[in-house]
Amino acid sequence: MIAEAQLSQGPAPHADETFRAHHFETAEQQFAAAKLGMWLFLVTEVLFFSGLFVAYAVFRVLHPEVFVNSAALLDTKLGAINTVILLFSSLTMAWAVRCSQLGQQRGLVLCLSLTIAAAVAFLGVKGIEYAHKWHEGHLWASQYGGPQAGETFDRAGSFFSVYFAMTGLHAVHIIAGIAAIGWLLKRSLRGDFSPAYYTPVDVVGLYWHLVDLVWIFLFPLLYLVG
Amino acid sequence: MAVSSAQTNGQSRRAHEPHVSSPAQLIGIFAALLALTGVTVAAAEFPFGDLDVYVALAIAGVKAFLVAAYFMHLKYDHPLNAVLLVFSIVLVVLFLGVTLSDTTQLAPEVQAAAEASAASP
Repeated sequence: MIAEAQLSQGPAPHADETFRAHHFETAEQQFAAAKLGMWLFLVTEVLFFSGLFVAYAVFRVLHPEVFVNSAALLDTKLGAINTVILLFSSLTMAWAVRCSQLGQQRGLVLCLSLTIAAAVAFLGVKGIEYAHKWHEGHLWASQYGGPQAGETFDRAGSFFSVYFAMTGLHAVHIIAGIAAIGWLLKRSLRGDFSPAYYTPVDVVGLYWHLVDLVWIFLFPLLYLVG
Repeated sequence: MAVSSAQTNGQSRRAHEPHVSSPAQLIGIFAALLALTGVTVAAAEFPFGDLDVYVALAIAGVKAFLVAAYFMHLKYDHPLNAVLLVFSIVLVVLFLGVTLSDTTQLAPEVQAAAEASAASP
């Protein structure tokens, strides 16, 4: 209710023409086009990741026992901590969009900073996990050299190929997200955003939530179902 | 008269008022996501047997719906954006379904061919 009251006193949404490209009739049309464009990109992202999910499913159907045994080698606690970190970053990102819609500059800067901090923390936990796997020899394909190598586990490398490909590609998306949110932070400190112009915050937010969505499926499939 | 026309003008200018999520809604969705994460971790300890994957996927699906509908504003957004996401999910299901049925259908033949080639010198 407070939000609506604040909004109706402020400038109209999408009224800021400063960043309108000449080929758009209005800033609002530009906003709708930017959102549609981001959603189209997210569709390609879903299909991009789905290739790896299909690889996971095929390996799992062919060698269910390998997945059950290998998944036990992952640290569920670290995976769960990372899930909470990423959900928190989605909350702060959604809150950043709210702040930008309401013209709350300090809140926007705070929320974007928290989102970046959470993303870095996620990568830190991921780094601990990767270092541990490296140390134990739980690596991809033929590089697999864990204690059970060569026994009933001779295909554990397949599981870790899938694990490293999926979490690695996801981590690349986290890094890209940190860069994009860093750009938002720079622009928000410069004062570019207002209730009349917040398209980049909204659109980068959508991307960040998709990165969270992918992890929502990765966490149970890799760490829990075993 | 002047005031009322200014108001009408203001209203038409605000035809596409964006949806602003309230703090209660944002925190409520976050709490639900945390709770569902707890449920999925707890469910993994529970022996569902072959249903494990489907239980995990169902919980992940609910979480994904919450993120897409509320954090990504799809519930309040232009329906075309939601249609695009649903479209991509349909394609993923096709991709997954056809590949898996192919894999399971052909697995015995692949196995037989591998054994035959291993047996021949």
